[in-house]
Amino acid sequence: MAWTKKILRVNLTDGTCKAEPLNMDWALKYLGQRGLASKYLAEEINPKIDALSPANKLIMATGPLTGTMAATGGRYSVITKSPLTGTIACSNSGGFIGNEIKNAGFDMIIFEGRSPTPVYLYLENDSAELLSATALWGKSVWETDELLHTMHQDPLLRIACVGRSAEQGCLYAGVVNDLHRAAGRSGVGTVMASKNLKAVAVRGTKGVGNIRDAKQFMKATQTAKRVLAGNPVTGEGLPKMGTQVLMNVINEVGAMPTRNMREVQFEGANRISAEAMHIPRESDGKPNLTTNAACFGCTIACGRISTIDPKHYTIVNKPEYMGANGGLEFEAAWALGSDTGVDDLDALTYANFICNEDGFDPISFGSTVAAAMEMYEIGALTKADTGGIEMKFGSAEALTRAAELVAKGEGFGRELALGSKRLCEKYGHPELSMTVKGQEFPAYDPRGIQGMGLTYATSNRGACHLRSYTVSSEILGVPIKTDPLETDGKPELVKAFQDATAAVDSTGLCVFTTFAWTLEDIAPQVDAACDGGWSSESMMEAGERIWNLERQFNLDAGLTKADDTLPKRLLKDAAKTGPAKGRVNDLHKMLPHYYEIRGWTTDGVPTAATMNRLGV
Amino acid sequence: MKLHLKLYATLAEYLPPGAVSNVAEIDIPESTTPYQVLDLHRVPRARAHLVLVNGVYIPPTRRDEALLKDGDALAIWPPVAGG
Repeated sequence: MAWTKKILRVNLTDGTCKAEPLNMDWALKYLGQRGLASKYLAEEINPKIDALSPANKLIMATGPLTGTMAATGGRYSVITKSPLTGTIACSNSGGFIGNEIKNAGFDMIIFEGRSPTPVYLYLENDSAELLSATALWGKSVWETDELLHTMHQDPLLRIACVGRSAEQGCLYAGVVNDLHRAAGRSGVGTVMASKNLKAVAVRGTKGVGNIRDAKQFMKATQTAKRVLAGNPVTGEGLPKMGTQVLMNVINEVGAMPTRNMREVQFEGANRISAEAMHIPRESDGKPNLTTNAACFGCTIACGRISTIDPKHYTIVNKPEYMGANGGLEFEAAWALGSDTGVDDLDALTYANFICNEDGFDPISFGSTVAAAMEMYEIGALTKADTGGIEMKFGSAEALTRAAELVAKGEGFGRELALGSKRLCEKYGHPELSMTVKGQEFPAYDPRGIQGMGLTYATSNRGACHLRSYTVSSEILGVPIKTDPLETDGKPELVKAFQDATAAVDSTGLCVFTTFAWTLEDIAPQVDAACDGGWSSESMMEAGERIWNLERQFNLDAGLTKADDTLPKRLLKDAAKTGPAKGRVNDLHKMLPHYYEIRGWTTDGVPTAATMNRLGV
Repeated sequence: MKLHLKLYATLAEYLPPGAVSNVAEIDIPESTTPYQVLDLHRVPRARAHLVLVNGVYIPPTRRDEALLKDGDALAIWPPVAGG
């Protein structure tokens, strides 16, 4: 359905659940999901609060196209203030929970306060109640999922929950839904656990409604589906190879962050790539990749379902990991692999399973392990600190043991759970933390892809590729090919990607559609479903409005221009190999012009004219 | 002269015998272009979306004129994406 025009407000302190009307004035300006929930958050909390205090709120938000027949219309986001970065956080997930929330009759759920005891929300078609989660606390995501299905005797119940890592305060814990899809970044799961909220279990069967022009909507979505099916990326490349196909691409162009970003190419890249996932292994003749998988309504199906080599050391006498489960996506494979120097595909798959099982972000985790490995190599960390683990680059055993410890909040895992920034500060080497605003980098070295440096530096949730994926243009040639080593034109490119992505993230659709779709394909679907007269231009304007709202939240939280930067390693230490050999990231050539075209002051503050123009 | 021919994703089926980890070491004559290598190995030009020589992108307009050098790495992908 398009907007249900209802939200569910759950006060965890009082134990109450109340429906209230959606603010439609805001919906017409911020659309839904990321944009609309960010507006609610910015209006309802003081940006300066402690993210883990009861004063923070956590919003699970769908978009107007979530749960509709639009291709990939199953997305939802979790919006809150991040404990990792201190910025606004918005973490997006697929799977099936978003559709279920919508079909239960709500556009979003706002959680506020803190429950005195562990609880979970049970939501079934307009009816919501908080139930005791005492029996679930201390359980993994996988155990919680199974227990809730059993307790409610409902195999179709959709569940989003936190694992033990979140309960133990890991600052990059996510909210996992449908066993292995996750709102994974920025510690949104940590906030959820801090509220003593273990899970959200939803059953929604109300169906689709409130489509502005149903006939036109069917026509628009059918047309758009044909575009996805006919595009070689969304119709063939992503289903067959998954996101992991990028492993060799990014390595070849010399932008593969390796060993805590000391290097830009990884000699073991092909051994942990999409191609490697297809190769039958000696032990059982089966490849790592079992099958691909699709989220609700998705006609792309890029998801990876994998099995680990039955003879691999990680799963000996561990039957719970022997079956097929959520496999490696590129970002996880990079962080767990190249950044730690580990080229053991099964070890990475196991670490990824653990991240899913106990709900923590494999990007931040892998990057933090990489920082720990570098500190271990220079002697800043010793075995006495790591509990006996030899944290050497390339050690699969160190990686997998670290994952097990973070999952349960045990031993050295408690230190790794702080994230790279806090860990490196604690051990006296803040310069070794590869983070922006406290969040770890994704898989693209900005020395080899200049636009990504500006993307990371200005991202409203700290280092992130999903806020403006200029890799698409700079490397993959979508929608047009630009030179990855050039800085001219990149501020305009980054701004365009940021605004367009903010709009797409507010619809309920998956951003991967944009490898085939432009806003010219998306706007007709939104317009047919929603009031407001949506065009590609008005969607771009909504995206720009959302971006400035997020920016203002961060400024009000205390961040400044000084936070729009990169680690010195990327600004001072040149790439050693590949096409970018000799290059650093030239952020200083891009940032001032970026501020200018954003309509911000030279200090990176949106001017009154900009805010008035956008109606923020 | 020697060329490291790298064919990835769904183009791997065009790799010559003896290729290891998506890479074939092949001999090519002087003044060979990327498209000539593709044609020799029956890789459809239309499927060669991303063509890199030593990691540097070669646009379609130059794939019939850029001359490969001894020891170059020619890496090719069909249309792919991720993130």
